[in-house]
Formats: sequence, structure tokens, C-alpha cells
Amino acid sequence: MKRRLVGVANALAVFVAVLVVWQLALWIFHVPRYMLPSPWAVAHAVSARFPSLLTSTAITAEESLGGLMASVIVGVIIALIFAQSRWIRKMLYPYTILLQTVPIVAVAPLILMWVGAGIGAVALIAFIISLAPIIANTTQGLISVDEDLVHLFLMHNASSAQKLFKLRLPHAVPSLFVGIRIASGISVIGAITGELYAGSSQVGVGGLGYSILYASSQLETDYLFALVLAATMLGFSFFFVAMFLEWYFLHNWHESARTPESE
Amino acid sequence: MISDSNVPQIEFQKVTKSYGPGRLVLQSIDLKILKDEFVSLIGPSGCGKSTLLKLIAGLTQPSVGTIRVDGRMPQNTRKTMSFIFQDATLLPWRTVTQNVGLGLELERVISQRRKERIASLLALVGLGEVADAYPRELSGGMKMRVSIARALATHPRLLLMDEPFAALDEMTRDRLNEELLRLRSEQRWTAVFVTHSVAEAVFLSTRIMVLAPNPGRIYAVLPVALPFPRTAELRECPEFETLVARASHILREALLQ
Repeated sequence: MKRRLVGVANALAVFVAVLVVWQLALWIFHVPRYMLPSPWAVAHAVSARFPSLLTSTAITAEESLGGLMASVIVGVIIALIFAQSRWIRKMLYPYTILLQTVPIVAVAPLILMWVGAGIGAVALIAFIISLAPIIANTTQGLISVDEDLVHLFLMHNASSAQKLFKLRLPHAVPSLFVGIRIASGISVIGAITGELYAGSSQVGVGGLGYSILYASSQLETDYLFALVLAATMLGFSFFFVAMFLEWYFLHNWHESARTPESE
Repeated sequence: MISDSNVPQIEFQKVTKSYGPGRLVLQSIDLKILKDEFVSLIGPSGCGKSTLLKLIAGLTQPSVGTIRVDGRMPQNTRKTMSFIFQDATLLPWRTVTQNVGLGLELERVISQRRKERIASLLALVGLGEVADAYPRELSGGMKMRVSIARALATHPRLLLMDEPFAALDEMTRDRLNEELLRLRSEQRWTAVFVTHSVAEAVFLSTRIMVLAPNPGRIYAVLPVALPFPRTAELRECPEFETLVARASHILREALLQ
């Protein structure tokens, strides 16, 4: 408990130090406001435009979450197919690597052109970018079951369904959570990237990516900072929720999730 | 009826097992294991003793020859067998109770019967207090007890054990040896037990089969005529020590073959 408090205090100290250096830099180098706003200006922008900041964050959160959840469902289904045979994996695995290496920034305009701009298109981009880690990790979990455990199930004449639901799937859950943890952060990045191209049906109101573009075009640098801050917080909270869920479901039995707060 | 116990429960006829050409694991094995026997397979590594056990379980197929368990193909008699592995092979996401009940669950035994069976087994192996613990929280010896309880839960008539105590310290191993014999006196199953330890083989078995390597074959069969029940004191008897010495000697010869 005491060590945790010290940890929190240290993190806070770093935060304060950054603010101080930031403010000092502004005073010493006379940086213009539109280039770099002061911490207070950013704080003011946050409080003054809180409702629209919240709206943007909510839109992006919705898109990211939609994409992430779809990637979990589709990714697990694909992993189940991959787990069926080495042959299928050899045939299809290169394409999941493509999924990971495709520059999402370049593909986003195409997707928007094909499905039409909107929340759906942005969620689709978040989905595409989150899919690969889910597939890769879940497949690994499904196929890395100890041979003796498979023999044990054979000895009791287990059916294929029993082998899947009582052995392979539970065994893959920790790996699935590793995938979700990785995907949670990048799903937000995917959504914001999508929004940079998606535009909005209503001028000035849209997701974080759209609002960032809009604020920069208006030279509202203080609000731009507030938006970047919100985007960072959103990614962080996705990651944190994923970590919590992982701990919640696994802490009883799995080593990796035993003590999330003791690094 | 009288001759019932003389009918071999396990019978190998000219069984050869090879993994591809040039990788001969077992050559021309003939063996009979009778009901109520406790047979240990002992031999240097690479003599195919684990493979022999997997053949009995039908987990691998012979290249040549026939294997019968209760007069049938091994794959068709699995319901009457249980296998205990070198690792406890517990499912980490299940509690002790749920692990012990795994076999019953897979064989679709109704849950009420399952509960009673699990409770009595946990008491039998002395795990009543950790019934709701997860495997992670248990010591190596306790995990192996859970594994034994799980194997016994399905009322096997034949228990196949592949070096189940190899990873445990000597004291735990001795204690589990004694417990295994106690359980056997209460439940009456036939056992085939693979081990590296001569003393363990002598303590547990009614018969020891010494295997020789390259290719694996039965080198000698040593009956162990020590009376049951066997307790810890047996290990200090001269008869026990004589048998251990003899078995060790045969094992050395087998290695030099």
C-alpha cells in the first residue's frame, strides 16, 4: 500500500515537473500562443468547451468500441478456423500479416469511399486495425495446448465439442486477453485516423480526429491540445479497462493476471 | 468364473512400434498382464516404456502386432482405464473439485452422482480442505494427489501411470507410493506403472518388467513376492533390499546389452 502511494506520488511529481518546464519554456523563448499554448490556456479550453470535448470523445469511443468488439468476435471465429489445421494456417496466415502491415492511413480514404463516410466506416477502420492481434494471439492460445491434456481428454472419450469448450477455448482465454489489450489501444488510433478523413455531417461537431483537424484549421491550438489530451486519455482508459477485465477473469488461476498493480 | 482372474487383462502379441524407417522403438513385444497385477516397467531412457504405456491406452497404434485389453481393441476399452501423466496435467482454470470431476463430466455422469463421488475421493486422498483451491495454489505433491483422485473418479479397472512421481522430492514420493497401495487395497485396480526408480518399482509392484534399449524390448521379468499390505517399514526389510539390489543388477545388464 505504501509503495503504491509512493508510485502515485512519483508519477504526479513527473506531471508537475512537465508543466513547470512547459511554462518556463514559454516565458524564456517567448513562444507565440498559436504555436504552443500555456498549460493554463489548455486547462481553460478544456473547461470552457467541455460539452463539445465530451461529445467528440463519446463519438470516438463509440466507434473504437464498436470496431474493437467486432474484431474480438470476428477474430475469435477466424482463430477457431485457423486452429483446425496447420494447412489452413499456412494458407491463410500471410494474409493476417498483411492486415497488420497495411498502412491504415492509406487505406482509410478507400474505405470511406466504398462504404460512405460516417460512424460505420470509422468503426470499420478501427475493426481492421484491431483484428490482427486478436487473430494471432487467440490462434496461438488455441493450438498451444499441452499434448498430455489432449491425451487426457481422449482417454475419457471426449467429443470434439468438449475438447473445444472445456479445453482449447479456456486455454486460449489468457492469450485472447493479450490480444484485446494490444487491440484496445490501437482501435482508438484506428478510429481517430478514420475520422481525419470521414468529415462530419455537422460543421465543427464530430469525433476527436475530425475536431483535431477542425481546430488546427482554425488555429485553436489550445483546444487542439485539449483534444489530443482527450484522445490520449481515451486510449489509456481502453487499455486500462482491458487490463481490468483481464485481471477480473483470470486472477483466480492465471499467473500473468495475478497481481496487476505490482510491476 | 474361477479362472476369471487368470484371463489376461492386457495382452501384446508380437507388437512392434516404429516411428518411420530406422526409428524402431519397440520390437516384438509379447506380454500378458493379469487382472489385479501391479506391473512396473523399468529401463533406461529410450527403451520405449512410455510408448508401451501409450500403446495400452490406445493413444498410439502398433506398427505390427495386436494389442488386446479385456479382449478388445485398446481404443474401445478406454472407459475402463485411467491415465496418470508425469505432470499432474490439471486444468488451471478449474478448482480442485472441478478437476477431479473432469473425467466424470466428460463421460456425462449426472451431477449429483458426480458430487458424491468427488467428495468421497477428496477425503480419500486427503484433499478435503483444498476442494475449492486452484491448482496454482497447490504444492507438487498435492497436485499429483488431485491427478490421482481424478483418475480414480471414473472407477477404472486399469490404471496406467507414466512416471507420475518423477518430479517430486523423495519424501513426497515415498508417501504417495504408500498411499497408492492403500488406495489399491480399497479399490482393486490393475496397474501398469512406468518409473526410473528401482526402489519405487520394488515397493509397488507384484512384477517388474525390465526393458532394454535399441530397440526397446523386454529384457527380464522379476516377480516381487513381498506380501501386502506394504507399509513404509518394508523399505528397511532385508528382503526388500535384496530385491532392489537384484533389480538394479538386471537393469545394469539391460543397459549394457
